[in-house]
Formats: sequence, structure tokens, C-alpha cells
Amino acid sequence: MITNNALPALIFLPFLGSMLAALLPANARNAEAWLSGVTALLTFGLAALLYPSVENGGIVRREVAWLPELGLNLVLRMDGFAWLFTILIGGIGLLVVIYARYYMSPQDPVRRFYSFLLAFMGAMQGVVLSGNLILLAIFWELTSIVSFLLIGYWYHNAAARDGARMALTITGIGGLCLLLGFILIGHIAGSYDLDEVLASGAAIRAHPLYLPALLLILAGALTKSAQFPFHFWLPNAMAAPTPVSAYLHSATMVKAGVFLLARLWPVLAGTDAWFFIVGIAGISTLVIGAYFAIFQQDLKGLLAYSTISHLGLITTLLSFGSPLAAVAAIFHMVNHATFKASLFMAAGIIDHEAGTRDMRKLSGLFSALPITATLAMVASAAMAGVPLLNGFLSKEMFFAEAIEEHRESLLDSAMPYLATLASAFAVTYSVRFIHSVFFGPKAADLPNEAHEPPHWMRLPIELLVLACLLVGIIPGITIGPYLNTAVTSVLGDRTPEYSLSIWHGFNLPLVMSAIALVGGVILYLLLHRYLAHCKEDPPGLRVLVGQRIFERVLVTVSWRWARWVEVNLGTRRLQPQLRVLVTVALMAGAWPLFEAGLMPDLISVANLDPVLAIIWIVGIGCAITAAYQAKYHRFAALILIGGAGLSTCITFVWFSAPDLALTQLVVEVVTTVLILLGLRWLPKRIEEIDTPTTLAARLRRQRDFLLALACGLGVTVVSYAIMTSAPPTTVGDFYLERAYSEGGGTNAVNVILVDFRGFDTFGEITVLGIVALSVFALLRRFRPAPDSIELPEQQRIQNAYDDAQQGRKLGETAHDYLLVPSVLMQWMFPVIIALAAYLFLRGHDLPGGGFTAGVAMAIGFLLQYLAGGTRWVEERLRILPVRWIGFGLFMAAFTGMGAWLFGLPFLTSASGYLEIPLIGEVPLASALLFDLGVFLLVVGATVLMLIAIAHQSIRSHRVRATEAAATRTEEAA
Amino acid sequence: MELLLSLSMGALAGSGVWLLLRPRTYQVIMGLALLSYAVNIFIFSTGRLRVNAPPIVEKGMEVDPAAFTDPVPQALVLTAIVISFATTALFLVVLLASRGLTGTDHVDGREPEK
Repeated sequence: MITNNALPALIFLPFLGSMLAALLPANARNAEAWLSGVTALLTFGLAALLYPSVENGGIVRREVAWLPELGLNLVLRMDGFAWLFTILIGGIGLLVVIYARYYMSPQDPVRRFYSFLLAFMGAMQGVVLSGNLILLAIFWELTSIVSFLLIGYWYHNAAARDGARMALTITGIGGLCLLLGFILIGHIAGSYDLDEVLASGAAIRAHPLYLPALLLILAGALTKSAQFPFHFWLPNAMAAPTPVSAYLHSATMVKAGVFLLARLWPVLAGTDAWFFIVGIAGISTLVIGAYFAIFQQDLKGLLAYSTISHLGLITTLLSFGSPLAAVAAIFHMVNHATFKASLFMAAGIIDHEAGTRDMRKLSGLFSALPITATLAMVASAAMAGVPLLNGFLSKEMFFAEAIEEHRESLLDSAMPYLATLASAFAVTYSVRFIHSVFFGPKAADLPNEAHEPPHWMRLPIELLVLACLLVGIIPGITIGPYLNTAVTSVLGDRTPEYSLSIWHGFNLPLVMSAIALVGGVILYLLLHRYLAHCKEDPPGLRVLVGQRIFERVLVTVSWRWARWVEVNLGTRRLQPQLRVLVTVALMAGAWPLFEAGLMPDLISVANLDPVLAIIWIVGIGCAITAAYQAKYHRFAALILIGGAGLSTCITFVWFSAPDLALTQLVVEVVTTVLILLGLRWLPKRIEEIDTPTTLAARLRRQRDFLLALACGLGVTVVSYAIMTSAPPTTVGDFYLERAYSEGGGTNAVNVILVDFRGFDTFGEITVLGIVALSVFALLRRFRPAPDSIELPEQQRIQNAYDDAQQGRKLGETAHDYLLVPSVLMQWMFPVIIALAAYLFLRGHDLPGGGFTAGVAMAIGFLLQYLAGGTRWVEERLRILPVRWIGFGLFMAAFTGMGAWLFGLPFLTSASGYLEIPLIGEVPLASALLFDLGVFLLVVGATVLMLIAIAHQSIRSHRVRATEAAATRTEEAA
Repeated sequence: MELLLSLSMGALAGSGVWLLLRPRTYQVIMGLALLSYAVNIFIFSTGRLRVNAPPIVEKGMEVDPAAFTDPVPQALVLTAIVISFATTALFLVVLLASRGLTGTDHVDGREPEK
């Protein structure tokens, strides 16, 4: 029962605790601490209970099917190695919780802190207990995210925010690489299940994808374990509260990387690539980390670099590929966790008591903190590798392995020297830590008067230091069996003979240790005057600070490149967008043309009609001249476009499309008037001022010209190819055959629009109505830019004449001048209405219909506006275009719904003819009613748009008049 | 005839695309108008060019589809003409509004940096 559910519980409990912690009151320090402590204790106890199951190579597995088809199952798996980590996570977690209870100030929102801490504990347990690689990657990312939240806990502090962001960026990118690597491994091994992956090590190493997979997984592991050159995020993560540093950045999270390297060691290790990549990363981290640690002024910075260095030591050991080295690596993981966690806590106490962590200020604290000082001394001695302490044992094993020949190379030969050097550095920074803080003259200017902390705050350190001592003195009894269990689970039958005793006789590793100890102390003696005042980071190597490189990369990626993308592809600039659109359209059109070889083979000028040819010569000339003139001569361009439109219109008539020609003609008129109304508000543009002169502008124009040329050519080729090929049988025959028999009309186009495809037309008139209302709404509260066109010269002369003559009002001459045309236009009104009615009524059988009639009717209204002016018309004629639109839409909809009364689908039509005296036979289909709706809506929409724009001129006159009046009053005053 | 018409479409489309890529709003509107002529004729021409064969059938007679031009492209183009009128109107008003709000008639609502 316990073994069955223990694994899910180990992960689930911390997450449950995290959720509960988030629900407690914000300042419930004791309740939070109790909750978290009990959770950690339960995890620890549960893990301890599981020991018998993993002893002697046993594995506890729990599998829940999730996506078995994809090989993704929730597999939890605990062996001796995972057990060791579970104990570390639970045990150190418990100690950190106790410590944090006294470390966090009552003002801090502890709820958030404990909640995140427990969530982290759960995620970390997930990493070590995952039996499926994908699941592992998920928990791996979860640790990155929670660690981001924990580092940024004091988010009001900029350093905390930056440090958190940096840690997340680096470990997050690493996590992504890791996932890719896992997918490759899963691909090679055929399964994501850890047991199967571990069993197929030889196949994976021999596979061509081994190297990419290895590189990706290493990218994940080395970033997580802060290995050179990705180490720099760890010192910046020291902005986190110290309990977080003690937990995440010494004992657990940074260990995830080396945990993974050890976990996959049987699969990946033992190749040249592994040795050189992991070895170079490890040894350079070991040496560089130790060297940087010497020159830190922040206590936590020193510990952070020391952690980096020790992780480098573990990585180096794993790189050797020998089983004995792997034993040493696992052993050092445990040892480092104990002494480094206690040192972080000691640093936290010093910070807490003295109010600073700067070693330049701290001095002579031994008398104030005698017990803490003693504990810290023992722990740093373990860090330095002094005999009788745990750090010494694993370091000796490291030296022994460094001497051994693994792979003949320069790296291998240099290993013993580099190891000794780094070890000497470790002695130097350990001595410095102790000497500069606790000895020397008593510091006078500390922010706080230092006292020993409450006993419970010191207790975790005492327990950890005790562990250091016990392991260091009697390793065989204390750690021996457990280490053996862990090692066996990783190495299996390759587990070597090893001895954990303190005395191995007088051998080379002992000599190296002695050299390192003496050398380190001498180095400290030489440096300590300089160190007491120097800046952070070692001289000469400050440029190596990865932070700066990282920030530069970040600025480049997230600012410069992003800006470039935004400028070049963003929506702020229309032209590049359209250019891309046109190019893509061109490609899309050209591609099938090349594929199918649709090049017309024979170009024929047969049956070319000279009249149409002349019409189109004019039309083409109009189009090209309009394109050329549209910038500086807008009016001319508009007229020319009208010319091209007329050519189009004639083409429609010519080739049997009278309906299109009619519609095109009336729409052409309305469009031209509409644009004419708008022209006056465009800015004046003078040709001489901004002709493109720069080379870039000229190149741009040439590129656009080529693009336009290519598009034109493409359209020509495609349309020619289509027109000269034999027509396929289309659905058009169906409509032609049934236009009269089923639609009750002879004009097939009109019958399609109002009957067969009536629903499409219904949608279309709705769009038209919406556009008209949008135009109306846009212009209702809008004041356009001031007029940019002066009064025409003619009108100025007329106005001057009016001014000069007695008894003439301003504008009277202009009005008289237009009298004849306006009278004509007024007389035309009933004629146009009759024309519209005629077009409408004949629509079903002959060219015409609702659209054409509607626009024609709108032109009738428009002419009245032109003839009499806006005010004159609106005094006499009440046009309510919005109602026309609404009424038209309702009419069309109700006609369609009428079919429901007869149990037929929407828009089913019925037809017949009605004899009207004098007029004759009139087609009367229900489609006619629908067409009436179209007619009403088109009239309403067109008139609404025209009036809305026309009204702007009245409004701007009014505004100008008010402004002028205001100026006059001011002048008078 | 086909050659003439396809050359005309090419000229309309080319001029339209050229104007579409110009920086002033008015040019873009003009370009859209030209382009829509080209596209309308293009769609229309997919029904093939027939002279004197408008799709207007005789009442109550047996209909021979081969005697008439295809009405479907015509119905499509008729719809297209009306819709392109609506979009032209909308663009024109957006142009005016943009000119009023930003003081420029550049398509991006601001003059390019020199």
C-alpha cells in the first residue's frame, strides 16, 4: 500500500502543501512554517520508509497510462540514486523551512515564499522520480519556472527581477534543448521510458544522431548546473532570499544538471565526444569558478562561485567515464549539498545579524557570533577539503581519478595540475570567507549590532555540520550503505570496488591535497591585503563576465531584431505589406503556370475588331496615364480612370453582357462624383518639391515598376491562356435552362441574382448597408482637414464682381451662372425616376434590375444636390436614407421568409405575370419583391454615402464661419 | 480579340499594382479602381468572349445553352462591381478621416523619415 502510492505522494504532497500555503493569511508565519515543515517531514519520512524497497538494486515503479499511443505515460520510478536525492530534497527542505521561519522578516509576504518553496520541492521530486523522459523535461521546466518566482521573490528590487529573468532565460533555453535531446533519444531508443533508454545505451552511442542528442542534453544539463560558459546566471540569482539560495542554489536545483548527467551516464558516457565536451566544460568551470570566488566581496557571491566550481568538479568526474569517478561524483553531490547549504545559512545569519554581506565591511565577528563562527569554520574546512571532513574524502577520490589515464590527450595530462590548482583556490576562498568575516579588528561601522541568532535558526546548520563531521570521520557507517545503494543503481554490474576510509596510505592524492592546502593558504596570505579593498571580479578577467555578453545578446535579440522585424514586417507600414502581398500573389500565379506549361503556343490576332481596338488603345492609355499622374494631378487621374472604366463598360456591351455594362455605367458615375466630393480635402502636392532624388527612392520605384510589370504580364498571359482554351461545361447551362421554367424570368443573370443565388445577394446587400452606415458613422462626428484648395479663379472674379456692385449679394453671380444647368437638372428628376422604375421593372426579363435601378435613382437625387446645393434640396426634399436601407433589408428578408408560409425553404420564389391596363404585361414574381428590397437598399446606401460626404462641406463652412466670427470678436475686443 | 483584351487587362492590372504600391492614399484608391476593372474583366472573360449572345432566353421555348454566353461569371461580376463601389466609398472616407486625424495623406498616417 505504502510502496504503491508513495511515489505519487512524494510529488503530490509538496504541491498540495503549496496550494494550502497560498490559502493561509499573508502574515501567518508560524502556520506557514508548520505546514511547510510537516510537508517536508512527511516527504522525508515517506522516502525513508521506501529505503528497503530500493536497497540491493531494487526499483519502485508506478505507471499510469496517459497517452500510451505516443509512448507518453506517467511513469514514476525510484531507484537508489533517486532515493538519495529524494532524501536530500526532503531533508534539506525541512531544514531550510525551519531556518526560513527565523530568517524571513515579519513584513515579508511569507505566504508566497512558502507556497513557492513547496512547489519547488514538488517539482524537484518530480525531476528525480520521473521514469519517462518527457515527464522529466516537464518537471525540469517547472523547476526553472518556480526558481524564477523564488529568485524574484523581492520583486521590488531590480537586481532580483534581473537575476530571476536571467536565470529563467538561461535555464529555460536549456530546458528547451533538453526536450529536443530527449525526443532524439526517444527516437533512437524507440521509447521515452527511462528503463528502456538505460537498457539501450550501446545502440544510442552508436547511432548517427548520438552527437546532436548529446549536445542538446548537455545544453540542458550544463545550463541548469551553471557550468561554464553558462555559469553567470547563478551569481545573479543570489538576489534571492538566502533560504532560497541555500536550498535551490546549493543542494537541489543546480544539482538537477549533474543529477541528469549521472542518470544518463550509463547511456551517454564513455565516448570521446562525452569526455571532451563534458570534461572541458567541467574542468574550466572548476578552475574559473574557484578563481572568481576568491575575488568576490559579497559573501553569497563567493559561495555562488564556489558552488559553480564544485559543480564543475562533479561534471569533471562524470566526464572521465570510469565507474570509480562516477562513484566519486555521486558522493561529492551529497557532500557538497551538506556543507554548502550550511554555509549559505551561515552567510544568511551573518547578513541578518550584521546587516551586510560585504566582506570589505565585515570583520572580527567571532566574539559576537562564536557558535555560528565555529560552525561556519567546520563547513568551510569541508569546502576546502580538510581531512576528517566529508569534502576531503570526495576530493581525494577526485585527485585519484585525475591522476588516472582516461583518454590520452593534453586535457588528460593537464588534469592533475588543474585539479590541484583549483583545489588551492578553494582553500584560498575558504580561508578568506572565515578570516575576513570572523577575525581581524572588530568592525565599527556595521549597520547592526551582531548577536547570536535564535537557537532554532542555528539548528539546521548544526545538523548539517554534524553530518559533515560524521561522514568525514566514520564514512563507512554513516554514508557507506546508502552511497552504495545509489551507486549500484546507476552503475549496475559495473559498480567498482571502492573504499571510503580516511587513510589510504601515503599516496599521490594525499600529496596533492597537502600542496593545495599549503599553496592555498600562502596564496591567501599574499592576496589578503589586496582583497580587503579590491573591486568585485578578478583583475584581467572582468570582460569574461558572462552577464555582459548575455545582456548584449538579449538586447540584440529582444530589442534590435524585434525592432527590425517590427519595422520591416509590422503593420505600421502599408507599402512593404502590400509589396509582400503582391509578390506572393505573383508567385502563386506563376507557379502553376510553370508547372503546367500553360504558355499559349499560338498568338492569334484573328477577328480583331478595329473599333474595339481603338477603344482599348484609349483605355490602356487612360490607365497608364492615370497611374503616372495620380500623385500630382488627382483630378486628371480621376477623369482618366473614368476613361478606362468606360472602355470596360463598352467591352461588356460588346461581349454580350448588357447587365454588367448598365451597372458599370451607373456605378462609374456615382464613384466619380463621390471621389470628386472628397478631392478638396486632400493636401496640395507640388511636383517640384518632392520628386524622389535619393538613390534608395529611385531603386524602390524601379523595383515597384518591375513588380507591376510582372503582374500585368502575368494577368495577360493567364487570361489569354484561359480565353483561348475550350470552355468547359459549367453550371451556367443549368441556370440558362431553368431561368424561365423555374425562375420565371428570361434574363438569366438577374434570375441568378434574385432567385437562384438570392441568398448571396441578400448577404451582399447587407454588406452594402453596413458599409453605408460605417461611412455615415465615420463622418458624423468627424471634422475633415481644412480645405486645401483655394476658390477657383472664376469664382473669385465673380465674387469680386458681387462685392463691387451695389445690391448684389456674395455668390449671386456664381448662382446665376449655373442657372441653366440647374434648371435642366431639376427637370430631369422625374425623368430619372421614371428611368429607374423602367430599369427595375424590366430587370427580370431584360437587362436592368434592382442594382442598376437603385444606383440610377440615387443619381437622380445626386443631381438635385448638384443643381440646387445641399441646403436647397434639404429644404424641399426629405430623404431619410437610413430608413430606405432598413426598409430594403426588411423587404428582402420578409420576401424570403414568405416562402416559409408555404412550407418552403427561405427565398423560394413564385412567379407569374400581371396584366396592367396601358402598361401591358408585367412580370410579377416574388423575386420582384426581393429585387425591390435590393433597389431600396441600394438607393438608401448610395444616397447616404453621398450625402454624408456632401455635408462635410457645409460643416466646414460653418466651422470656418464660427472661427472667423470668433477672430472678429477678439479683434474688436 | 482575345489578345487585345488580355493586353488590356495586363495594362489595367499593371497600372493598378503600381499605384497600389505608391505612398499616397489617393494613389492607392485609384490603383484599387484600376485593379478591380482588370479583375472584373478577367472574371467575366472566363465565360469566354461571345458576341451577340446575351444570356436572355426566349419565353417558354426549349433553351439551348450553347446559344448563350455563360451567365455565371456575369452574375459574379455584377456583384463585384457593386461591392467594389462600396469599398471605394469606405476607403475614401477612411482616407479623409486619416488625413483629418494625422494631417498627412501618406498611407502610414505619417510622413516617412527622410
